[in-house]
Amino acid sequence: MELMPPPPVRRIVLDDPPNVVAAPPTGTTTTAGPAAPGRPAASRRHPGAVVRERMRIEGLSVTYSGKPAVREVSLSIRAGEVLALIGPSGCGKTTLLRTLNRLTELTATAKRSGSLSLDSDNVDTLDVTELRRRVTMVFQQPNPFPMSIFENVAYALREQAQRRPKRPELAPAVESALRRAGLWDEVADDLDRPALRLSGGQQQRLCIARALAAQPEVLLLDEPCSALDPRSTAIIEHLIVELRQDLAVVIVTHNLQQAYRVADSVAFMYLGELVEHGSAEQVFGAPRAERTREYLAGAFG
Amino acid sequence: MATTPSTRTQAVESTATWRRSDRVALALCWAAGIALCVIAAAIVLYMLYKGIQTLRPSLLVDRPADGASQREAGGFLDPLVGTVVLTVMATAIALPLGVATALWLVEYGRPSGLARAVESGIEVIAGTPTIVLAIFGLAFFSQEIFSLLSFTAEGNAVFGRSFFIAAIMMSFIALPLVFGSTREALLAVPAYVREASYALGKSRWATIRRVLLPSIRPGIATGTALGMGRIAGDTAIVVILLGGTLRLEEAGGPPIFSTLKGTGSTLTSYVYENSPAGEGNAYDKAYAAAFVLLLVVIALNFAIDVIARERGDARWS
Repeated sequence: MELMPPPPVRRIVLDDPPNVVAAPPTGTTTTAGPAAPGRPAASRRHPGAVVRERMRIEGLSVTYSGKPAVREVSLSIRAGEVLALIGPSGCGKTTLLRTLNRLTELTATAKRSGSLSLDSDNVDTLDVTELRRRVTMVFQQPNPFPMSIFENVAYALREQAQRRPKRPELAPAVESALRRAGLWDEVADDLDRPALRLSGGQQQRLCIARALAAQPEVLLLDEPCSALDPRSTAIIEHLIVELRQDLAVVIVTHNLQQAYRVADSVAFMYLGELVEHGSAEQVFGAPRAERTREYLAGAFG
Repeated sequence: MATTPSTRTQAVESTATWRRSDRVALALCWAAGIALCVIAAAIVLYMLYKGIQTLRPSLLVDRPADGASQREAGGFLDPLVGTVVLTVMATAIALPLGVATALWLVEYGRPSGLARAVESGIEVIAGTPTIVLAIFGLAFFSQEIFSLLSFTAEGNAVFGRSFFIAAIMMSFIALPLVFGSTREALLAVPAYVREASYALGKSRWATIRRVLLPSIRPGIATGTALGMGRIAGDTAIVVILLGGTLRLEEAGGPPIFSTLKGTGSTLTSYVYENSPAGEGNAYDKAYAAAFVLLLVVIALNFAIDVIARERGDARWS
């Protein structure tokens, strides 16, 4: 079977990307840590970005009522880069993502084994609310709260159910979160508008602003653009590429071109297993596993 | 993704092409609808007619005459106050209880056996006739330990009758309605809204307090208004548990407490007392009071409509 050429798509370029030719990393990718020698800097990575491991997943398995959804996955999630999880529907991408901030625990039938650490602390030793503040998530369906735009972001900034601090104190932080999410210019004149009146793309960026307001270390994105039009998608993809500078971003996507556009590294999952993990160039340009090649060629999915 | 719910377009077809049996059935349904409208209109118009004939402003501000007969003098100020007081008290009990139960059941609901038991318990309460609630309340609150809540006789005989006790038993009428509408509203909040809150590191309680409660407020209000209408309209509990005095009778103690511990009446029991079945012997006043009661209940129903319409916009897409 012929190797797939990378899909012909535009790439998002930040500043002037260093002209580094990506070479496939040596050794098996699933064990390649951040410090593994020979790993080339992805050509799209921001030149100033410091890549360091934020989360480590080891031998992670998740079952729903005994049925395995994720099997023995090991991965590391690094600050300063975007990791894309790709694979056919039902392959466990979303489950893996939701396990990272222990959201799977809300599903009564879900069981997890294997270890998961954030900055080398086992996530089970962290308070779950603290973990979720440090590892925030944006969902497939834009899901703003039925409050004003301001309150949506402010909610993330306040302690639990408290109403304090009051608006004047939070205004700068809310503004900065909305600016980072690229929404400020569109909503600045009326922050008291109900969030549910925004367009779908704006709602999703509001959700990103909300997720950023908590100053997370890791941002999880579960198919954030699948419900959006191309223009909103482009805006959000730009945003993702920019966000990578300060935090670790993990994105689940069905859209291979999107994965190619935004990701520094790509993990391909199939039937709950991690089949291949490597730099975007390597996975799209020279996939090692037969399954990956077939999936990228559109043989299944 | 703000998809507006599509409005269903009515299929345009002539019933002339229908089979005869279908056309007969349609005509019957149509007749049933018209009949209901006619009955409702008849009740309201008849009461309006009687009300205009019998209602005098003085009736609203005069206290009932001392003694049983109301024929010569007296209005229904006390029953009017009684209706308001009893409705407010019973709602004040039923509202937090119903909302809390629904929150627990939908948001926690474990152990599941207990949750099922609670649900059937509320169904039992909802199905209990109010006269049974009243008789139970009378027996239960006649015990000596409840003497603080009830009007008592010399020698500490506890009567088990007072505003307090009537309000407690009345709250069981409203409770299932508040519970039911709160639960429906909670179930209508999509799971992804809760997840959004949890994913920001919010606890269950913070999510309930800041996200769920504000968005189910219209549902809670609807259930409460329905419950208030039922409380205002109930007679059995008032006749048995409110002591059967047309005037508010104080039971001794600090001012307001003394009234609430005492006996009285509501518009419903006033209508009953003055109807041919009672001893008041003033049918005109019964009509006037019934008309006022009808106005109160219609006003509450109107409030429900307004609330429910508000719920329609700016909800989950």
